[in-house]
Amino acid sequence: MTPLLSVHGVTKHYGNHLGCADVSFDLYPGEVMGIVGESGSGKSTLLNCMAGHLAPDMGQVVFDTRGDGPRDTLTMSEPERRMLGRTDWAFVHQHARDGLRMGVSAGGNVGERLMAVGARHYGDIREQATDWLERVEIDAGRVDDRPTTFSGGMQQRLQIARNLVTGPRLVFMDEPTGGLDVSVQARLLDLLRGLVRDMGLSAIIVTHDLAVVRLLADRLMVMKSGHVVETGLTDQVLDDPQHAYSQLLVSSVLQV
Amino acid sequence: MYVAVKGGERAIENAHAWLAEERRGDRDVAELTICQIREQLSLAVDRVMAEGSLYDPDLAALAIKQSRGDLIEAIFLIRAYRTTLPRYGASEPVETGSMSCDRRISATFKDLPGGQVLGPTFDYTHRLLDFKLAADGDVSDSPSVEPDLTEVPRVTEFLNQEGLIEESAFDDTTPPDLTREPLAMPADRALRLQALTRSDEGFTLGLAYSTQRGYARNHAFVGELRIGTVAVEMDIPELGFAVEIGEITLTECETINQFKGSKTEPPQFTRGYGLVFGQSERKAISMALVDRALRWEELGEDNVGAPAQDAEFVLYHADNIQATGFLEHIKLPHYVDFQSELELVRKLRREAGADQVQEAAE
Amino acid sequence: MSDYNFAYLDEQTKRMIRRAILKGLAVPGYQVPFASREMPMPYGWGTGGVQVSAAVLTPEDTLKVIDQGADDTTNAVSIRAFFERTAGVETTTATKDATVIQTRHRIPEEPLSEDQILVYQVPIPEPLRFLEPRESETRKMHSLEEYGLMHVKLYEDISCHGHIATSYAYPVKVEGRYVMDPSPIPKFDNPKLGDMPAIQLFGAGREQRIYALPPYTQVVSLDFEDHPFEASKADHCCAICGVDDAYLDEVIVDDAGGRMFVCSDTDYCETRVTEGQTEESVA
Repeated sequence: MTPLLSVHGVTKHYGNHLGCADVSFDLYPGEVMGIVGESGSGKSTLLNCMAGHLAPDMGQVVFDTRGDGPRDTLTMSEPERRMLGRTDWAFVHQHARDGLRMGVSAGGNVGERLMAVGARHYGDIREQATDWLERVEIDAGRVDDRPTTFSGGMQQRLQIARNLVTGPRLVFMDEPTGGLDVSVQARLLDLLRGLVRDMGLSAIIVTHDLAVVRLLADRLMVMKSGHVVETGLTDQVLDDPQHAYSQLLVSSVLQV
Repeated sequence: MYVAVKGGERAIENAHAWLAEERRGDRDVAELTICQIREQLSLAVDRVMAEGSLYDPDLAALAIKQSRGDLIEAIFLIRAYRTTLPRYGASEPVETGSMSCDRRISATFKDLPGGQVLGPTFDYTHRLLDFKLAADGDVSDSPSVEPDLTEVPRVTEFLNQEGLIEESAFDDTTPPDLTREPLAMPADRALRLQALTRSDEGFTLGLAYSTQRGYARNHAFVGELRIGTVAVEMDIPELGFAVEIGEITLTECETINQFKGSKTEPPQFTRGYGLVFGQSERKAISMALVDRALRWEELGEDNVGAPAQDAEFVLYHADNIQATGFLEHIKLPHYVDFQSELELVRKLRREAGADQVQEAAE
Repeated sequence: MSDYNFAYLDEQTKRMIRRAILKGLAVPGYQVPFASREMPMPYGWGTGGVQVSAAVLTPEDTLKVIDQGADDTTNAVSIRAFFERTAGVETTTATKDATVIQTRHRIPEEPLSEDQILVYQVPIPEPLRFLEPRESETRKMHSLEEYGLMHVKLYEDISCHGHIATSYAYPVKVEGRYVMDPSPIPKFDNPKLGDMPAIQLFGAGREQRIYALPPYTQVVSLDFEDHPFEASKADHCCAICGVDDAYLDEVIVDDAGGRMFVCSDTDYCETRVTEGQTEESVA
């Protein structure tokens, strides 16, 4: 089986400071990979390198494209990479504001990706947008309201709908539950788990919250100071951590 | 039967005639001469030369007379005239280090080689209307001494010798020419400085002031402000060397700004730079502050989202001739577009049932 | 004539502008940056159009200048006088006699021919400007053909108003590639942009851009399949010449709000009247 995403030796420095070093892994279709570590561990740098938001100093990020099979997305032309970014890839930001157009209605937000890939039938676009609002548990009657009138949890769900509407094959998520209240987090996690299961999504989720990966991720990668210190099946890593740092991470959660 | 309005041509001619009459004012009052404007409104002349990008005090004075004292209009006249001038070549860079200074002050040192020279400044005048000027403006001669012909050293050089201020790298490449190439982003510092030196004084002042109030604050000290004349030299290919072709008055300001440093680099002061035609120190200081704010990226500072840090915002809106033209063009006829909007609004209101509401009210 | 060079600008400058025009014709709809000069009329008053006209005019040309469709609006008069003075070319108000037509906000009603050039004055050449204020970003959007945002705007119009609420400067797509601002012509004029035999040149002086449509270029107004573009005008006939398919101005005729509709293209209207094409039934 060809991996959907194959990461080889990705390294990124900020001046003298190390972002992440020599990260490699494969992600297979339908798989959810969790990347955990404290802030500054390099997990967000890695995510941004993979998603094409940052240019790594070294390495390859090979994606199994629909048309041409496996291609290194770092050496692709910018138009090709941007095309991926609005079709097969999706990126869910920690802060919904970064991933939404706050001055555009909920329907317009969800419809944008459809229009970007050529949808030109207003009625169809609107129908799909409404459908997606319902799938993320937003009342269809809010389709013409702007996200500024939504609660934090609704904004995050709207961002997810906006990303999933084109049926992406790979979703990058950066602390998707980060800025939300605990009760709102639970509902969002529940929703995400349903979507991941129903759509068979492949995803890479960066978080410092072990509850998130426990619920969503099949596999786990633990990062510290830019390096991957441990990888394995989620349950395995969480229940029987091998590296001292992973043990610390897990125990600090248990203490809470 | 309705006949479409005609006679735009006559109306324009008449308006121009009236304008000429208004410009002259009461004919019992003596007419202003160009020399009077040049000699007695010299700071206005300087501003018109600076923002008009043409150093010619007589033409600037003429423009001020023709524009009834509206300086932006005068700058506009100079700019349009400038377009028609053939370009014979470019001068050598002027050497402000060998300026014959009328004024030279530093805020960073109490005293220094070359001294503090106040020159003809408003700075310590009490702003009281001088009614004597209304009657008789005669002044007695000011005290004078023989000019000191030795070169006045630069303040920032004293700091540079100690490595306390960033080195300004010597660069001999021909800078881009804003008046010959379209403004392109990202703009390098040479291009930014060109745009700033002819930018609107009020706009630049406002931006500079905003940096002082915290919108990209960079703690500027006036390291040195100097006003005086410099020689303009031009390389004559037939001769093979540069000859002096004239002399211009310039105002130059170098600010010394907040030191920056990191774990690897020791702290150092940084620079902002302003250079303007004529005696225009408000403009030169403003320019230096805005220049410094625009350098955030190269100096590794944070973009705090301040207007003065945003090169696209600053450079695309600093030119008063562009701004005033576009602003004032909205008084031109727009009735075709307005008609289109009228039809649309009527249609939308009809569909919204607003007509019925109106009818019911009537 | 005067002491100025033919058509005010020096030959070097005109060459520079012609290069930009040729590039624009080679890449239809693409905005070519050019070093706009300061003209003796204000920015926003047609300096782009004037520079383009100056660059294409020859002494044998006959020039027509219109603003809002009319030859005698003040700014049209002023620009015509400028070229009479600086270029000494012949001028006309008759669309069919003109070889170069400079226009602001209208396309003449009379179909143009292959022997004519239509020069538009453009205030804001960037169709994406009010969606994205940054020039560096909009240029990237054009080069990568990322026009989804443009359709988001149209989507928002329909969801809010039930219609695309753009009535002038209505964006078009040129030859399936560049999204272009046709200058603030009413959308009624949009269908004339495509397949036009004449060369169409667009000059934006303050914004330093020139773009162009070569003859017979495909130009499509943006829309949705189920909300197709519609060229609209006032639902009346011209009160002077009786035409019912030309763009009309609304004129208020008395204090009681009485109004009438007349052709915006004054030459078209006059020609119809002199050729006796008026319809008797007109009130």
